[in-house]
Amino acid sequence: MELLDPKFLESVILSILAASTPLLIAATGELVTERSGVLNLGVEGMMIVGAACGFGGAWLTGSILVGAIFGIVAGVLMSLIFALMTLGLAVNQVATGLALTILGLGISGLIGAGFIGERIALAPHLYIPGLTDIPFAGRILFGEDAFVYLSLALLIGVWWFLYRTRAGLVLRAAGDNHVSAHALGYPVLRIRLYAVMFGGACAGLAGAYLPLAYTPFFIPAMTAGRGWIALALVVFASWRPGRLIIGAYLFGAVTILQLHVQALGLGIPSQFMSSLPYLATIIVLVLISRARTGGSTAPAALGTVFVPDR
Amino acid sequence: MQLVLEKRAERSNAIAVVSPLIAIGMTIVTMVILFAILGKNPALALWVYFIDPLTDSYSLQEIAVKATPLVMIAIGLSLCYLANVWNIGAEGQFLIGAVAGSWLAVKTNGTDAGPWVLPVMLLLGAAAGALYALIPAICKVKFGASEILTSLMLVYVADLFLDYLVRGPWRDPNGFNFPTTAEFDPVATVPVLFEGGRLHWGAIIALVVVAAAAILLSRMIKGFEIRVVGAAPRAARFGGFNSNQLILLTFAISGALAGLAGIIEVAGPVGHLQPGFSPGYGFTAIIVAFLGRLNPVGILIAGLFLALTFIGGEQAQIAMKIPLDVTKVFQGILLFYVLACDSLILYRIRLVSTSRQVPSGTA
Amino acid sequence: MRKKLLAAAAAVLLAGSLSASAADKLKVGFIYLGPVGDFGWTYQHEVARQALAKEFGDTIETTYLENVSEGPDAERSIEQLVRAGNKLIFTTSFGYMDPTLKVAKKYPNVHFEHATGFKHDKNMGIYNGRFYEGRYIQGVIAGKMSKAGVLGYIGSFPIPEVIMGINATILGAQSVNPNIKVKIIWANTWFDPGKEADAAKALLDQGADVIMQHTDSPAAMQIASERGKLAFGQDSDMIKFGPKSQLTSIIDNWAPYYISRVKAELAGKWETDNDWDGLKAKMVVMAPYTNMPDDVKKLAMDTEAAIVAGKLYPFKCPIVDQDGKTVDCKGGDHLDDGQVLGMNFYVKGIDDKMPGK
Repeated sequence: MELLDPKFLESVILSILAASTPLLIAATGELVTERSGVLNLGVEGMMIVGAACGFGGAWLTGSILVGAIFGIVAGVLMSLIFALMTLGLAVNQVATGLALTILGLGISGLIGAGFIGERIALAPHLYIPGLTDIPFAGRILFGEDAFVYLSLALLIGVWWFLYRTRAGLVLRAAGDNHVSAHALGYPVLRIRLYAVMFGGACAGLAGAYLPLAYTPFFIPAMTAGRGWIALALVVFASWRPGRLIIGAYLFGAVTILQLHVQALGLGIPSQFMSSLPYLATIIVLVLISRARTGGSTAPAALGTVFVPDR
Repeated sequence: MQLVLEKRAERSNAIAVVSPLIAIGMTIVTMVILFAILGKNPALALWVYFIDPLTDSYSLQEIAVKATPLVMIAIGLSLCYLANVWNIGAEGQFLIGAVAGSWLAVKTNGTDAGPWVLPVMLLLGAAAGALYALIPAICKVKFGASEILTSLMLVYVADLFLDYLVRGPWRDPNGFNFPTTAEFDPVATVPVLFEGGRLHWGAIIALVVVAAAAILLSRMIKGFEIRVVGAAPRAARFGGFNSNQLILLTFAISGALAGLAGIIEVAGPVGHLQPGFSPGYGFTAIIVAFLGRLNPVGILIAGLFLALTFIGGEQAQIAMKIPLDVTKVFQGILLFYVLACDSLILYRIRLVSTSRQVPSGTA
Repeated sequence: MRKKLLAAAAAVLLAGSLSASAADKLKVGFIYLGPVGDFGWTYQHEVARQALAKEFGDTIETTYLENVSEGPDAERSIEQLVRAGNKLIFTTSFGYMDPTLKVAKKYPNVHFEHATGFKHDKNMGIYNGRFYEGRYIQGVIAGKMSKAGVLGYIGSFPIPEVIMGINATILGAQSVNPNIKVKIIWANTWFDPGKEADAAKALLDQGADVIMQHTDSPAAMQIASERGKLAFGQDSDMIKFGPKSQLTSIIDNWAPYYISRVKAELAGKWETDNDWDGLKAKMVVMAPYTNMPDDVKKLAMDTEAAIVAGKLYPFKCPIVDQDGKTVDCKGGDHLDDGQVLGMNFYVKGIDDKMPGK
């Protein structure tokens, strides 16, 4: 097996794409949430509930689409709890996000208990005769499952929304300076509500991806920390969609490649290899924060409480 | 008509006293509904969860044993959170403290070392935890990097580092190659307070920490600075408080306490170093800190209460076959209600008519 | 007061189904590391527990605690089972060894059984399965079925139990293909379907065409099935995840052992023991041999029969380690149990360096 063999590279790239997709979807949603000024640390909790409900939906109806919808709805519902607390009652966002994660882990365990040991058929992959058969690029470009294409469409859609529409501008304004935005008459809380719900929908979808397209069964806590990595990705990307996709695929790559390095028998301690994605995040966070003078370019109002005065 | 949130002119002291009780009451109501949905007898479940563990000395000791690391870590976290910096990596600092202290235990294992071993282990644990916590603190102060994410990522790194040490260099030579260090010698073990129970001197240390934090926050200048930096950063700047220094200080103290808790846990109830010895104390302590409303005495009570629910949850598994996930749901819901009720201290909810809303700019 | 309360609670709850009062039944407790739904290690213990309930009906009452972490919580959980009246307690993971010992010392009248450890006491017995026998058979099959001559192995942690599995597999494979190679990935977890799936993909990408695992989920089998490659299941029969891929699976069959221990306890004859049973006592059972030609199937069955009859030892001497040294043979013509239990070397033919050395 040659390292530069095109078939080998193609296979590795396919694995990386699959591993990165849930990160990309969840991070895209959280990016929108944070751009509006809300820090939702509950991504892991929303994802795992999305996974449980997504699997349940697909298992009960036999349809991947229904499963995905169940996952999205579950994520939105979880995010509404968060919105009620942080937007409705002006509660501290960090604490609420953490509580949401713990609640999510607990709820998903209860919901998923009935599904353990069951399996479903994985989401089908696209097949266009002729195009998908192109060696090397064929399967990568034309042979993915719907979630991968959706993740890219989502990212492009979010980019277009944030930078090319008025609504997106208003959302960014709410995130940078909610007092001014409010003074200008924009409904800051409502904007944030929609942003949080969008974040929840994405987290739920990302969570549902795991049992629907990655490994066709539900296991408690199967998200295994991906929600936290998604949070890191948003910061890594300096809250910009373009950087986000690079970050997501980079992370997916580190996760997959560390396994390949092991299989090649290079003798590097596996714990060190396993820790690379996390170390990489820290290093990158430091580097990008350093590159700007005066700190990172977070939305200025991120995480602060906003209660409109009357 | 719509509901809006309005800031109160002044904190409502009445609500401040009553809100934890309301929160607990609402949590109990929710749990009763949940138990009913699961088909379990709610009254019995509440009994097994909350009252039963209080009825004999073994459970009471176990509650204290479980609460000890939670309270210690949460006190440290509360200092950070009061200063508005978010140390999410207490779990990592907990693990690193355990590793650092264990180094001495492993090195002196089998030799006839004197009673100096344990105190030095505790010092090493605290120092290592402090240094480990300074990493995210420095990243924040010097580079502006988010301390939430850096401290969190370091948790995974600490976990893997511990795993590597215990599987490799520190592995017990007589342990059939299993990943654990040798049992710590008696000089390297935290002594137990009462025969037959597991309550140990760590609990006393935790109480001292609570008292020290209370004094720091209420009577000392540094404590005042910490609180102002968090609550009113601009006022702090005017007052000449160095917020960077305070960030470093609170992280260092928090890391030291987490590290100390780590080595005490390993040298006490566990007795040797092994991977996975922590059931996530560093994260549970975050809940404890918030439940205790960032107040030292509140944290002590919250820690004991949460420990009670863990013990109760285990007994509920045995006596009523209630799954452990229910405990997580309970803790999440409790935190939600406490936070929600606490918000009523600063804000009130009012019903207003929507006709009052006139878009700005119209004549 | 508390014991009466718990007994009352049990009585209230089980009022409908009790035919004898709570005090007459033998209470048997289990401590599980993971969730009963992990479809792997814990699941098989749970299956055995249910077999116990079926076998003994109303004469016993079983309880389990799942997701018990291996730290200080373990000691408390075990003690809680004792205080709830359980007289025979099974602790099903290596990490429970010291907590079980501590509680055993405290309660000399309660009997404990600890799996996969090595410390024991007058009232604490130990038990384990000779899974490596199954691994040897799997190696023989893999050696025959692998066209590329490269096996892919997903390891969990580099502990002796896993190392002996790898070695037994390779020795078995070498008996039919002396040039067999293996690629090993350490997942650093017993259970993480996403990671196991990724590891399987990496191994397959790098040219392995038969996958084996010492992790607990069916993810790797699933990936092998997707890619049309072959794989072995672990802990339970994973055929439904790989109907055309699974060659066989090592099934942990704890029921006969548990039943015999409960029988002994009921008869008052329980004594501490050190049980390391394998294919012969059916503690290790092979899933039906599938997806292989008849001659390979026959070879597998013959190998199994030979091991059961005591004619074939997976670790028969001479064993040469990867440095070329011949290992001391303390068991006569095969390695003795102590050497196997503490195995910390790779046999010749494995190119990777052992982690942690």
